[in-house]
Amino acid sequence: MIQQNGKALLEVRGLCATVNGVDILNGMDLTVSSGEVHALMGPNGSGKSTFAKVLAGHPAYVVTGGTVVYEGRNLLELKPEERARAGIFLGFQYPVEIPGVANSQFLRLAYNTIAVQRGNEELDPLEFDDLVRDKMKLLEMNPDFLDRSVNEGFSGGEKKRNEILQMALLEPHLAILDETDSGLDIDALRVVAGGINQLGTKDNAIVLVTHYQRLLNYIVPDYVHVMDAGRIVKTGGRELALELEARGYDWIGAERGAAAEATA
Amino acid sequence: MSVPPTFAAGYLEGLLAGQPRLPASPLAWLNQLRAEAVDRVGVLTVPTVRDEEWRFTDLSPLTKLSFQPARMPVDLTTVDVERFRIEEAAVRLVFVDGVHVPQLSSVGRDGGVVVANLSDVGAGHAAVIEAHLGRHVEFRDNVFAALNTAFLRDGALVVVPRNVAAATPVHLLFIATQKDAAHYPRTLLVAEPGSAVTVVEDYVTLQQETYFTNAVTEIALGDQAQVDHVRVQRDSGQAFHIANGAVSLGNASRYRSVSVALGARLSRHDLNVVHAAEGAECTIDGLALIGERQLADTHTRIDHAKPHGVSRQLHKCIAGGAAHAVFSGKIIVRPGAQGTNSSQSSRNLLLTTKAHVDTKPQLEIFADDVKCTHGATVGQLDGEALFYLASRGLSDAAARNLLTYAFGAEIIDRISIASLKLWLERTVRDQTARKP
Repeated sequence: MIQQNGKALLEVRGLCATVNGVDILNGMDLTVSSGEVHALMGPNGSGKSTFAKVLAGHPAYVVTGGTVVYEGRNLLELKPEERARAGIFLGFQYPVEIPGVANSQFLRLAYNTIAVQRGNEELDPLEFDDLVRDKMKLLEMNPDFLDRSVNEGFSGGEKKRNEILQMALLEPHLAILDETDSGLDIDALRVVAGGINQLGTKDNAIVLVTHYQRLLNYIVPDYVHVMDAGRIVKTGGRELALELEARGYDWIGAERGAAAEATA
Repeated sequence: MSVPPTFAAGYLEGLLAGQPRLPASPLAWLNQLRAEAVDRVGVLTVPTVRDEEWRFTDLSPLTKLSFQPARMPVDLTTVDVERFRIEEAAVRLVFVDGVHVPQLSSVGRDGGVVVANLSDVGAGHAAVIEAHLGRHVEFRDNVFAALNTAFLRDGALVVVPRNVAAATPVHLLFIATQKDAAHYPRTLLVAEPGSAVTVVEDYVTLQQETYFTNAVTEIALGDQAQVDHVRVQRDSGQAFHIANGAVSLGNASRYRSVSVALGARLSRHDLNVVHAAEGAECTIDGLALIGERQLADTHTRIDHAKPHGVSRQLHKCIAGGAAHAVFSGKIIVRPGAQGTNSSQSSRNLLLTTKAHVDTKPQLEIFADDVKCTHGATVGQLDGEALFYLASRGLSDAAARNLLTYAFGAEIIDRISIASLKLWLERTVRDQTARKP
């Protein structure tokens, strides 16, 4: 939903970034205000996932230009853990398996780290158990996943549920969900999307990074952006996603080519 | 190429000083065994890096120092050793600087399980001791086992009678207290056919001093016997720890061991397991967690001498600081040992660029109908996992500790004694939390 008085949460201006010396982002602009849901779409290699990782502070991605202001602060100065504590959450496209660390232990550690940052009480294992089981119901997750190692041997769908479970526990101000729909069957997609919808409030914002529009049948975005070659080339409402579904991505490039010719 | 130093015979003579003062045993064969061991020490030399089995472990820091035989042990009270108590273990044998201390031990009778000092046992057990003591760990070509055998007097004896399952774990606690002393812990465990027991072999210290622990452990499993063996080496960070262990497996017996090496400036653990009869099964897991300038060397040999044996081995090393971990694991499948199923994995984690590891898994297969796998990995903490944890708010240090701990926890989780497991988990967490 678009809030009339939604305050700007994230302002990205002219962002450029490289990975292994290759330019991936080339002048990205995006403003996200609280209460909004944005969908970031585009063909493979257009820079969607890179953008998500740059916001979260992945060390392999080097910012070479531009600015990112998050809640009035220079986001690019913050370490990944400081961004997380400031309320940024990245839902991973490929959640990492961590053998030997029980999921419950990991979730509680993350929860308590963020809780302390916000001046809240840490929870002991019993208190946390109540909380996490409650949140798991939202995602129709089997509590057995608490006792297993983090993501180890989880199916694709179980990993994505576990990501959204973390989002539910950490209550981020800005959630960037990278290809959360990939690897989900239709039932899992419905459950995960339902969970995400319940987590959206007027005070937070969600950026959905997705290749296909099917997720947007369940989570209705306020804005749809199309990325190409490392920047946003078209912005519209949800109808743009449907058009992309019907026509693919090629016409956007053609349209831009025609526009460029017209102005030349 | 520089020539490795050869050690003057004087070094070993120095270690042997005091041996003649040992009182004679009433068992003639034992006196003979000791005398033979003294002779072997006279013939053997301290190995150097020229010896294939000692390629990665340079003993010159040990041979630069002189060690005296331990004096009579200082008086310790139960309060001094309380911190080492394992609550599940109702039976405990305590040795201080190699000498048995009955007042610190508690040896109630548990279904006829014999837990006693080797030099105290009556004639009733002489036959079982004679059948096994000095028979499993070969000392004729092993100078450290020979030294231990030359000093053979006190030691831990555990005999589990036929078809008896020991109700609680047996704790064998070896405490070092004297600076510059050499001591010679000795253990003999005989699990008679159909019996079952859990034994903790535990090397600890009361002070961070330089001393030399030279241990020998012999374990014999009768047919269908089951032994769970936990070995914890938490010697002083200045100490030297050299240990030789041998396990003989009877028909369809099952031996499981977890060895954890935390202490010692230089440690070396040799473990030989022989499938002496058909259908035996062994699981041999290990964890070395070292930092600073520590060296931890584990050499294992699993000898499938008979058919249808199963062996599993997972050995992990975590090396921080400028530490050096060594693993050499040999698996031999003898001709005729058909149906052998063996897997071995050596996994190593380096926490710093100065730490290093030498790992050498080896398979020698002389039978054709076998299934054997082995492999080794050496790596750093996974960068993607570190980022994942950071993206959930964990500091870099917290993320590193968690991943390091998790790497070691896979081994510690295999220990069946809850309080010991908890202690080790806490120790690993504390140790990894320290600056590498």
